[in-house]
Amino acid sequence: MFGYHYRLERNAIGLVLAIVVAASIGGFVEIAPLFTIDETVEDVPDMRVYTPLELAGRNIYIREGCYACHSQMIRTLRDEVERYGPYSLAVESKYDHPMLWGSKRTGPDLARVGGKYSDEWHVAHLINPRDVVPPSNMPAYAWLQRTPLEVKDLGLHLKALRQVGVPYTDDMIANAAADARNQAMPDDGGAGGLTQRYGEATQIRAFDGNPANVTELDALVAYLQILGRLTDAAYKPAAEGG
Amino acid sequence: MVSQLTMNERRWAMGILIALSLIGLTMLGAGRGDAFGVHGAIVAAAAIAMIFVVISGYFAPEPGEERLTRYYDDPSKAGIVISMVWAMLGLFVGDWVAWLLAYPNLTFDAPWSSLGRIRPVHTTSIIFGFGGNALIATSFHVLQRTTRARLPDQLSPWFVLLGYNLFCVIAVTGYLMGVTQSKEYAEAEWYADIWLVVVWVTYFAIYLRTLARRKEPHIYVANWYYMAFILAVAMLHIVNNLAVPISLGHAKSYSLFSGVQDAMTQWWYGHNAVAFFLTAGFLGMLYYYLPKRAGRPIFSYRLSIISFWGITFIYMWAGSHHLHYTALPQWVQTLGMTFSVMLLVPSWASAGNALMTLNGAWHKVRDDATLRFMMVAAIFYGLSTFEGSFMAIRPVNALSHYTDWTIGHVHAGAMGWVALITFGSIYAVVPWLWKREAMYSARLIELHFWLALSGTLIYVFAMWNSGITQGLMWRTYNESGTLAYSFVDSLVAMYPYYIARAIGGLLFFLGAIVGFYNIWMTIRTAPAEARASEPDAPALSGARVQPGE
Repeated sequence: MFGYHYRLERNAIGLVLAIVVAASIGGFVEIAPLFTIDETVEDVPDMRVYTPLELAGRNIYIREGCYACHSQMIRTLRDEVERYGPYSLAVESKYDHPMLWGSKRTGPDLARVGGKYSDEWHVAHLINPRDVVPPSNMPAYAWLQRTPLEVKDLGLHLKALRQVGVPYTDDMIANAAADARNQAMPDDGGAGGLTQRYGEATQIRAFDGNPANVTELDALVAYLQILGRLTDAAYKPAAEGG
Repeated sequence: MVSQLTMNERRWAMGILIALSLIGLTMLGAGRGDAFGVHGAIVAAAAIAMIFVVISGYFAPEPGEERLTRYYDDPSKAGIVISMVWAMLGLFVGDWVAWLLAYPNLTFDAPWSSLGRIRPVHTTSIIFGFGGNALIATSFHVLQRTTRARLPDQLSPWFVLLGYNLFCVIAVTGYLMGVTQSKEYAEAEWYADIWLVVVWVTYFAIYLRTLARRKEPHIYVANWYYMAFILAVAMLHIVNNLAVPISLGHAKSYSLFSGVQDAMTQWWYGHNAVAFFLTAGFLGMLYYYLPKRAGRPIFSYRLSIISFWGITFIYMWAGSHHLHYTALPQWVQTLGMTFSVMLLVPSWASAGNALMTLNGAWHKVRDDATLRFMMVAAIFYGLSTFEGSFMAIRPVNALSHYTDWTIGHVHAGAMGWVALITFGSIYAVVPWLWKREAMYSARLIELHFWLALSGTLIYVFAMWNSGITQGLMWRTYNESGTLAYSFVDSLVAMYPYYIARAIGGLLFFLGAIVGFYNIWMTIRTAPAEARASEPDAPALSGARVQPGE
């Protein structure tokens, strides 16, 4: 064995090939089957996609690095289920490019934070976390309320997501910018076709409390309020049994 | 710098820089109103500034053939100084982030200064800025000495070094503007990732071209590790960063993968960034500078073979231990755990090999802080690989995951292993490269050693305490069978540890400032008389030289 190696280390190309082969096997065995084995992701027909406003909120969540301190993955452990709710299913992040499972909880898990607090609480908390949670060490995000949301490119975002496998329709892509505005400015002449495109359960309101304009705060709160609510598969008894 | 390039290389440099400035200007035009345009401006400005540098030396006399009788070390010298500059930035921002976790208002009411944006500035500056530049600089140095061959040309090493730093600058400025893919340690967006591939292929080509011209029949162990580092990082980087940009004029892209497949791909990448960037590359450093400094040959050649192939093969399976008890299928979790535990064997073989090499040189470890940096680095390598295998066991991970214990583990590796072996290697190589008798001040190396060691220990102990406390509080039940503590209760318990951690980080930062000053003063002092006893030149004939030299 060592004699063989004695010859191998005299051959640069041989060494390169051996390294590539040795280093490829593990990833290939563990990753490739995840795309081919059907049971990897549960089959859930009612799983819906993010609206353009929620997607914009998700991108703000990514941009501000929220994932570094908040996980979105409730593990199959009793204390986590009792603290945060039913454990996370693979299907719940099926349309998440990329996933935001996170690796650290400097703050609590957010996988099921949607609907847990009021919009007013989220707005106050994001502007200054210590106003509502005095011992909090979360950064303040006051500027989100001052910054108008950029909606004109949202169609491009939906289109790119369709290319990587999220089922956005032509109709959704064409109306992306208007849908984002309508979801956060309900007084502005109705919601258009928003509920037809994304379902009756779509939450339509001035998330930041101000219906006169659409801010980044609107988008982020809309996203936080949908977390864990894209499907109710995790609450069904069949899932509980697993 | 330019005067050492041949006329032909100067022409090539001009061509590359003109092309790069045109790319920058095109990005600027396509990305108006987007961070993409700002990055175009940065690329164009960097390329145009370099054009002026090349022009200023363009008509200098060409270097003669006698250059081929010497190793080409200028890119290594520049890389070491750049590496220390990144260390200053990365450690400063890291300590700022640490204080922010204890005092969240210690910042400005501006998006760029928010914790979520400056945290990746810290990680990228340290891993890629400080660590990456040190790896490139030392790999060029080690490669030439262990092959007895000069780098193949004068231009491509500069392209790799400066191009790599352009990538780092694009990444870090991007985070401040909110440009990130959110993938940990792969935050830079698609265009920076493509650029890094170009730089990396050139880096690999330098390696192969130098090896092809080597005067040593055997390729030395350090080069196996540097090659594994280059090859595996290329594979990981390309696969994990596959993404579709929303347009060719926007910074934003969407990952090709989603959900569970993305999680597995990301942690296959993330864990092996630790394996092949932060371990394999630095083991390359260890295998050259530690025996050189100790004046002892590597303890066991066979042990280094076993540990090299063990690390190269087994590490790639271990990433899924980041996803225990998640929606990742259990069979993948079990594979990840099993291989993580097996990984202890090659890891301790490396650490043991390094420490056994010091047998017969322990008096030098006592007297020479440079060698002590390397010795303590090997100990921290052994400690953190044991800790890593331990934390990968599912029930242990149930407690440790999501807590500060992970942060403590990462920093035991990054501060105790990666940074200490780098500082030790830099203190060894700076006098050799700049032809000085010794470092400017041995006492300042001693001071740096103790600041770095005490900073690391304070940091790691603080995070072990906070992490285990957190993990236990989250799972404690009271007598009536409900959870005993709210999340906020656990957060309140963290504050003393967060302050201690920030103090540890501050000590480590102060140590690095002392180190930078010492390096700077060494460069500024007068060169020593050339040491005739130890020839430091490429072998021009096919003369056989002792392996490991």
